[in-house]
Amino acid sequence: MSYFRAHVLVCAGTPCMLKGAGAVKDALCREMERAGLQEEIRVVETGCLGPCDDGPVIVVYPEGVMYSKLKPEDMSRIVQQHLLKGRVVEELVYRPEKGKTKPVVSLEDQGYLDRQYRVVLRNCGRIDPDSIEEYIANGGYEALGKALTGMTPEQVVETVKASGLRGRGGAGFPTGLKWSFTAPITADQKYIICNADEGEPGTFKDRLILEGDPHSVIEAMAIAGYAVGADKGIIYIRGEYHLSIERLQRAAARAREMGLLGKDIFGTGFNFDVEIRTGAGAYVCGEETALIESLEGKRGEPRLKPPYPGVAGLWGKPTVVNNVETLANIPPIILKGAEWFRSIGTERTPGTKVFTMLGDIANQGLIEVPMGITLREVIYGVGGGIPNGRGFKLAQTGGTSGGCLPKEFLDLPMDYDTLAEAGSALGSGALLVIDDSHCIVDVLRSFMKFFQHESCGQCTPCREGTYRLYELFSALADGKAGQDVVKLIKELSQAMQLSSLCGLGQSAPNGVVTALKYFEDEILRHAAGECPAGVCRALTTASRAV
Amino acid sequence: MPVNSATERKKSLRQVIAEHNSDPGALLDILREAQEIHGYLSTAVMEEIADQLGIPVSRVYGVATFYTLLATEPKGKHIIRVCESPPCHIRGAVNILETLQEVLGVNPGETTEDKKFTLELTSCLGVCGVAPAMMIGDQVYGNLTPERVKEILKTYE
Amino acid sequence: METVKVTIDGREVQVPKNSTILAAARAAGIEIPTLCYNEDLDVKGMCRVCVVEVEGSRTLQTACSQPVSDGMVVHTNSARVRQARRVNVELLLSNHPQDCLSCIRNQRCELQTLADQLGVRELRFPHRVRAEEKDISTPALVRDPSKCILCRRCVEVCHQVQGVGALYPVNRGFDTTIAPAGGVDLGSVACVQCGQCSLVCPVGAIYEQDHTERVWAALADPDKHVVVQTAPAIRVSIGEEMGLEPGAVTTGQMVAALRRLGFDKVFDTDFSADLTIMEEGHELLERLEKGGTLPMITSCSPGWIKYIEHFYPDLLPHLSTCKSPQQMFGALAKTYYAEKAGIDPANIYVVSIMPCTAKKFECQRPEMTDSGYPDVDAVLTTRELGRMLRESGIKFSDLPEEEYDDPLGISTGAGLIFGATGGVMEAALRTVYEVVTGETLASLDFTDVRGLEGIKEAEVDLKGKKVKVAVAHGLGNARKLMDLINEGKADYQFIEIMCCPGGCIGGGGQPIPTTREIRQKRINAIYRADAGMPLRKSHENPAVQTLYKEFLGKPLGEKSHHLLHTQYTKRVKYPEKAAEV
Repeated sequence: MSYFRAHVLVCAGTPCMLKGAGAVKDALCREMERAGLQEEIRVVETGCLGPCDDGPVIVVYPEGVMYSKLKPEDMSRIVQQHLLKGRVVEELVYRPEKGKTKPVVSLEDQGYLDRQYRVVLRNCGRIDPDSIEEYIANGGYEALGKALTGMTPEQVVETVKASGLRGRGGAGFPTGLKWSFTAPITADQKYIICNADEGEPGTFKDRLILEGDPHSVIEAMAIAGYAVGADKGIIYIRGEYHLSIERLQRAAARAREMGLLGKDIFGTGFNFDVEIRTGAGAYVCGEETALIESLEGKRGEPRLKPPYPGVAGLWGKPTVVNNVETLANIPPIILKGAEWFRSIGTERTPGTKVFTMLGDIANQGLIEVPMGITLREVIYGVGGGIPNGRGFKLAQTGGTSGGCLPKEFLDLPMDYDTLAEAGSALGSGALLVIDDSHCIVDVLRSFMKFFQHESCGQCTPCREGTYRLYELFSALADGKAGQDVVKLIKELSQAMQLSSLCGLGQSAPNGVVTALKYFEDEILRHAAGECPAGVCRALTTASRAV
Repeated sequence: MPVNSATERKKSLRQVIAEHNSDPGALLDILREAQEIHGYLSTAVMEEIADQLGIPVSRVYGVATFYTLLATEPKGKHIIRVCESPPCHIRGAVNILETLQEVLGVNPGETTEDKKFTLELTSCLGVCGVAPAMMIGDQVYGNLTPERVKEILKTYE
Repeated sequence: METVKVTIDGREVQVPKNSTILAAARAAGIEIPTLCYNEDLDVKGMCRVCVVEVEGSRTLQTACSQPVSDGMVVHTNSARVRQARRVNVELLLSNHPQDCLSCIRNQRCELQTLADQLGVRELRFPHRVRAEEKDISTPALVRDPSKCILCRRCVEVCHQVQGVGALYPVNRGFDTTIAPAGGVDLGSVACVQCGQCSLVCPVGAIYEQDHTERVWAALADPDKHVVVQTAPAIRVSIGEEMGLEPGAVTTGQMVAALRRLGFDKVFDTDFSADLTIMEEGHELLERLEKGGTLPMITSCSPGWIKYIEHFYPDLLPHLSTCKSPQQMFGALAKTYYAEKAGIDPANIYVVSIMPCTAKKFECQRPEMTDSGYPDVDAVLTTRELGRMLRESGIKFSDLPEEEYDDPLGISTGAGLIFGATGGVMEAALRTVYEVVTGETLASLDFTDVRGLEGIKEAEVDLKGKKVKVAVAHGLGNARKLMDLINEGKADYQFIEIMCCPGGCIGGGGQPIPTTREIRQKRINAIYRADAGMPLRKSHENPAVQTLYKEFLGKPLGEKSHHLLHTQYTKRVKYPEKAAEV
């Protein structure tokens, strides 16, 4: 590798690309060529750098200066001032908290990141995702080497168990325990499946991990394969994620070329390879047994459990299904040990969590923070508060299948168990902030519209129930529902939570159930013909509720 | 890119199926690739796939109608997918959809008379950072306003 | 057997390990309501009606699917359980036409029974019904998708049991329906019209095309001479339809009941079954002698015929050219019988009572008019006959036993066992053995070909000449034999295939429910009746002997060829693809 005195990382995450990162990169390259810098400074497209709301974003190394909200015409100044003369262009530097003046100079110590702790996103934005050399230079595939040459499969499972890592796809099932069900089974074939069918509204962390650091997932799958005795890995990824698919394919090909996938890895006799398969548009395929059905070329309808996939999964063979973020945690755990991992986060849920901050929040985007951080810290700290002078109404954690938490819960530590006790979920880490200009009935109708579209249609409570809840909330919004509708909604929601076949139907009413608890009055007023927020067009606006 | 002549399309489809070793487990991949070739999945195409894979055509059809990215009816030249997930909803997706309906004169699921646009709803596109968002073909558009939608549509005239 | 201890509603029971909660509860004398569950089919767990509370579980569990474990504590009747069950049934009903009073399954509907049992007394959701029209495109079956509750029993039967695959879930979520591919009707796809779907449907979403009206009209027409034939399987199943225990043999009551309905003559398809053996037996001997296409395959079952026409058209030369007993009967009723009785065949109306929906398709095949008229005018299934008997107020079980009319009502035990899988084979062997060897069989019971095993084989020594035979029932099993033939691995000379599991006693027109256990009881009844017959070999049927003497001449003779034999049609499996070429 030739030596470059500086690197410019251009965020090529989808939000930045949408905001014109491509044109910015082209302008940068043009200006650098004009200045004759192309041999000494390297331009690298990276995965998401985080502050998506302020894109396009670039970072200049070695100083780590982050520039935001860039336009192609800004590039000439950055090249002339910073790259040629070493002077930071102050007015273009990223400012995490709007209105405050102190700009961020270094990526490592900037305000945006100082509440963050990067385990999963350790390489995102720092390396060229298409370069296996850079991944390796940053400690990549060391964990696989350590596991294969220095640990027994049992020790790998034990380490993951001891780390307390829990599945980051939503359910929070202990990963080591999952592996320990599959490991002892004797079978002619076992599978490791990486669940990258990210469909939870508001969630795009997996995509950004795969775009920014595809090797971390491939390496983790190989480690999982070694631990449970599987030689075949499958990455099931959303068909819409074109860039992730391309990067994964290139990453797998490079790993194969370097002998990190394939036969006899590290000369240990261990064989492992991965295959990339794409979905075709079905949220329910994020459910692991539906995903397996889909991989078998069928309708993505969840299976009855037991048997669990760990015992009888893909083609009836023992199968471990892990989420992208879960897997990305594995190499650091193997390298640094279970103790280190347990030192992050909370007792019951060690480690970090990647959140996507969305909705009525100043800084939209992706963050990685230790488990147990409170809603307030995220929303008013990293998130920069609620814009436009509005007040906080509710936050929905865990994506559309999570609950609606009012301001009383702002100081709740976020981890699987605490949020579940509050009637919500940590889920995939989507955090939707809703300000007081919104109407709860309108919001719930939107939730149910989503679920009635995505229900697979197999079991009664989910197929009929999601449709009926959408219908009932539409009736409320249209002023066509009576007071007794609330009782019906309660009964229906409970039946869905208790008797649906899979997690989709069981969690679909979470938003409704929590809203009935915390916003019942607002819902009842719709039944009386008023929309306090003035959103539902068919209804009159009563005096604003505070 | 849809392939042009009927014989060429037939040949390409057979090739796709052969590349997947006529494996029913690869049905989803085969359907996606068949759709690339033919533009959509006609009954005749699904029958061909069923025949080659040795499975009932009813199963092929059942799978094709389950997934939203697969189409069993001809679509317009450009498919507009409007994200209606809650994060887009609270940022005003309703206005975007209404604008599209108004300009195109079709409801979700329908194709314009000139066969140029098909309007569809989609679940989360995963670009919530720029909500509300839509896709036209493979191109994602974010931070939409009714005015921007009209401008974007003009570029497809 | 390893057992575990579970506590259900406070009662401790010891049950085999791996039992489901449903089975364990039954062992404890507790009945858990079910809907999509069917004892003969895969557990689906979709309707979510059989949910129960398992201590330690966050959600309710489906009793049909959840295995018990040692020490498990189950509550089948908690407030949460009752509410979830009720809401789920209420959801189904809110999306259902609610025209129960005029539904074909009124009072015989699993959903209706369940709603009553669970005390669903109000429907609080707006009434919405899938706006889909009835599919009346096939001569045999009616599909009413608006009534479908998506239990998918029909899908499993059509795919796994029959290997036909005409129906499958389409779309998803609230828009899910069970339908043929491509949004077309059933008549446009490769459906064999066996009606096994109608047998498992819990509601009125798939049922037989009704012929009762046309039969009532014929009976009321003074110019019509209405004759009826009863298939072998009806005598062991009509009693069930009329409220008797499965396996009751009610031949005499059935004959009496039919006379009371007003049929001019009550005849027996067993007669033409004996005739089939004479023709088919000689056809086999001819093929064996002259090197015809072997193995020869039986052709009595119209669902099977349509199946091979669609799915294995290249194997059609293997089929016996014999018409089915139903069609042989019709052809003779309008020729031989018309002549003998001196009635203008134009005025003879032939009604068949069949355990089968595909017979409705068969009787309207264009080639089934060799008598110069439609050989058979109307086909009633066992269920339709039951409806007519109930409507006319006939108290079936109180009826005196009566005899069939002459001459087409005289039969042997060989014709009777056509109703069970293996029966045609056994009847043929009884005759072929004696014809070839000239010796009398010591025992008439070929037990190797009896019973519910999917594929059965036997070898018969015809005095030095060994004949290897196979019997399959259910089209999934038939497919296995066809594949063997295609692979050149079928060293059989003769194969019997019946479309429906268990043979005709398990036909698609039989009483609901028809379970494996009930099939076995009907089979037992068939062989019990056979054992009690004075004559048990087709070639000993005096009426058949007279028929040959007076009318047909000899088996495979010219008249037989004209009236009793037929040809088959190659049909496509993929109509759109075929249209393209």
